[in-house]
Amino acid sequence: MNKFIQHTGIVAPLDRANVDTDMIIPKQFLKSIKRSGFGVYLFDEIRYLDEGVADQDCTNRPLNKDFVLNQARYQQSSVLLARTNFGCGSSREHAPWALEDYGFRTVIAPSFADIFYNNCFKNGILPVVLNEEIVDQLFTECAAQEGYELCVDLEQQQVVTPSGERFDFEVEEFRKHCLLNGLDDIDLTLQNVDDISAFEAKHKQQSPWLFGAIKG
Amino acid sequence: MAARTLYDKLFEAHTVRQTEDGSALLYIDLQLLHEVTSPQAFEGLRIAGRKPWRLDANLATPDHNVPTTERSGGVDEIVDPVSRIQVKTLDENCDDYGILEFKMNDHRQGIVHVVGPEQGATLPGTTVVCGDSHTATHGAFGALAHGIGTSEVEHVLATQCLITRKMKNMLIKVEGELGLGVTAKDLVLHIIGVLGTAGGTGHAIEFGGSTMSQISMEGRMTICNMAIEAGARVGMVAVDQITLDYVEGRPFAPKGDMWQQAVDAWSDLHSDDGAHFDTVVEINAADVLPQVTWGTSPEMVVAVNQLVPNPNNESDPVKKDGINRALSYMGLSADQAITDIALDRIFIGSCTNSRIEDMREAAKVAKGRKVAANVKEAIVVPGSGLVKAQAEAEGLDKIFEEAGFQWREPGCSMCLAMNPDKLAPKEHCASTSNRNFEGRQGNGGRTHLVSPAMAAAAAVSGTFVDVRQLMEA
Repeated sequence: MNKFIQHTGIVAPLDRANVDTDMIIPKQFLKSIKRSGFGVYLFDEIRYLDEGVADQDCTNRPLNKDFVLNQARYQQSSVLLARTNFGCGSSREHAPWALEDYGFRTVIAPSFADIFYNNCFKNGILPVVLNEEIVDQLFTECAAQEGYELCVDLEQQQVVTPSGERFDFEVEEFRKHCLLNGLDDIDLTLQNVDDISAFEAKHKQQSPWLFGAIKG
Repeated sequence: MAARTLYDKLFEAHTVRQTEDGSALLYIDLQLLHEVTSPQAFEGLRIAGRKPWRLDANLATPDHNVPTTERSGGVDEIVDPVSRIQVKTLDENCDDYGILEFKMNDHRQGIVHVVGPEQGATLPGTTVVCGDSHTATHGAFGALAHGIGTSEVEHVLATQCLITRKMKNMLIKVEGELGLGVTAKDLVLHIIGVLGTAGGTGHAIEFGGSTMSQISMEGRMTICNMAIEAGARVGMVAVDQITLDYVEGRPFAPKGDMWQQAVDAWSDLHSDDGAHFDTVVEINAADVLPQVTWGTSPEMVVAVNQLVPNPNNESDPVKKDGINRALSYMGLSADQAITDIALDRIFIGSCTNSRIEDMREAAKVAKGRKVAANVKEAIVVPGSGLVKAQAEAEGLDKIFEEAGFQWREPGCSMCLAMNPDKLAPKEHCASTSNRNFEGRQGNGGRTHLVSPAMAAAAAVSGTFVDVRQLMEA
């Protein structure tokens, strides 16, 4: 997994609440058995004017010029600014895969849906929760200044604006540690093999019906 | 010991270890696998040279991509090549690793959230995960069940554990009796309307109260299934005699002496008197009427006898913008009567409403009536091969077909349109599924979430109609 320590990049403002995972990456692209290549289909239904098809070459598809990511000033954006309940809906990890593949390293919003929030950390993307007033301010500043950039500093747990204003954000210690170091969860968990085996032995004694019933 | 909630008990009983910052390693009893969110997990396992920790804690079935029309030709004849590869990949992965899979034409195949309970793989007191947000369904059995991402699917395969942290406790207490024609689906849509789509975020919801203890397992599954539509990953109901009666005798459920031992162990699967809930929401069952969603989020819901909302009555600018956007997408006008919305398609199915009871409720309304001329297609998709067989044994397939519905093979179907069942742009669909997001049932499609009885009523009327009128007739 990619490390995330500090990132500065152009901000793309996605000004709508309850952006769901079907909107982030529509279902037809979930048929892929790979983890990569989802970036060109990110926000497919609002980004293009035609209907997207899995495995399609998107180079010549008609663009929805009104959509934020199609506007020249946001071309190199890597910080997504969003509204409440971002990422609601399904558990598809294809949503963070698509954001990451497109080039987003961090998403800032007043709130996130739980599963999406969790999935981001598994893919080197930092979801940052700031309160609604601050997010409003960032939307306003972003609209006013072309090339508006934010610096998201995980070590300091701060978002820094171009004028030097700093906003603190919360992040769980364990998640921060994994992201700062790009750690693989499975390796970490397997350091506890003895604990897992001991728990399992006890669990089997207490609930023997949970073992051996389902056989391939 | 201090009074604990059902969630507290389930969480503590499965905690392998807990760290100081509150993150916990939770032991997982059952992982359900399907073709969409598992291929990258198996690939990760293979690349790292790891093996599944426990084969007997996994059960797989393809559901999202499978065609629901005639499919006796097998996987090789799935027309869409990308879908075909995904279903084949699941077959190959399960065969390679020795994981039990009900393949596409096995009579036990179906939607994972229908198959798990039906087989007795989902048991009270267990932890259940699946790479699918509707995994909360299994919480109906007094289990701790939630959706996970693909990285976590791989993590559970490799370690039998999930890194997680304790959520907050929420109790939704429903008291009183549901009226005639009002179902579990109407109740949960009403609850989502009250809570909002993010109202349950960060919480594990327990559905309790006198109403819940009257509701069947099918109804409880419908309610827990949609907890995620209120933002909560987990929905749960305490174990009672209704739970035990459903589980007993199922293929993977404990038998004989072991059954009695299990029943004794499950007697504690309820919240203690005086247990602390961070949030309590009270719902009066008598207030719930048949529901219809009008917008593009499940919280955009009203009773069938109400009007489409007017954005001018909303003061919050972000919400007002949301209503305007939804009205425009749905092709509806403010203050329009719900009963004036004409339907192009009807979908009865999905992990929310494709169990035998759902089939019966829809058939009761369809019986002796005909699908209206303006409805292009009305499909009934049972949740599993076993639900299909049971419905056919009861003659329900004939009732549907005589009324002009199509009777299909089991799968997720038009709930998310990964297979050929989908809406064309601007088509209105009365759907018993769980999400009315833009494009969910097909690019530009307009979804209205309803109960099976309301969907059948809409099919025979051509517009939404209060199903109670058809029941009294």
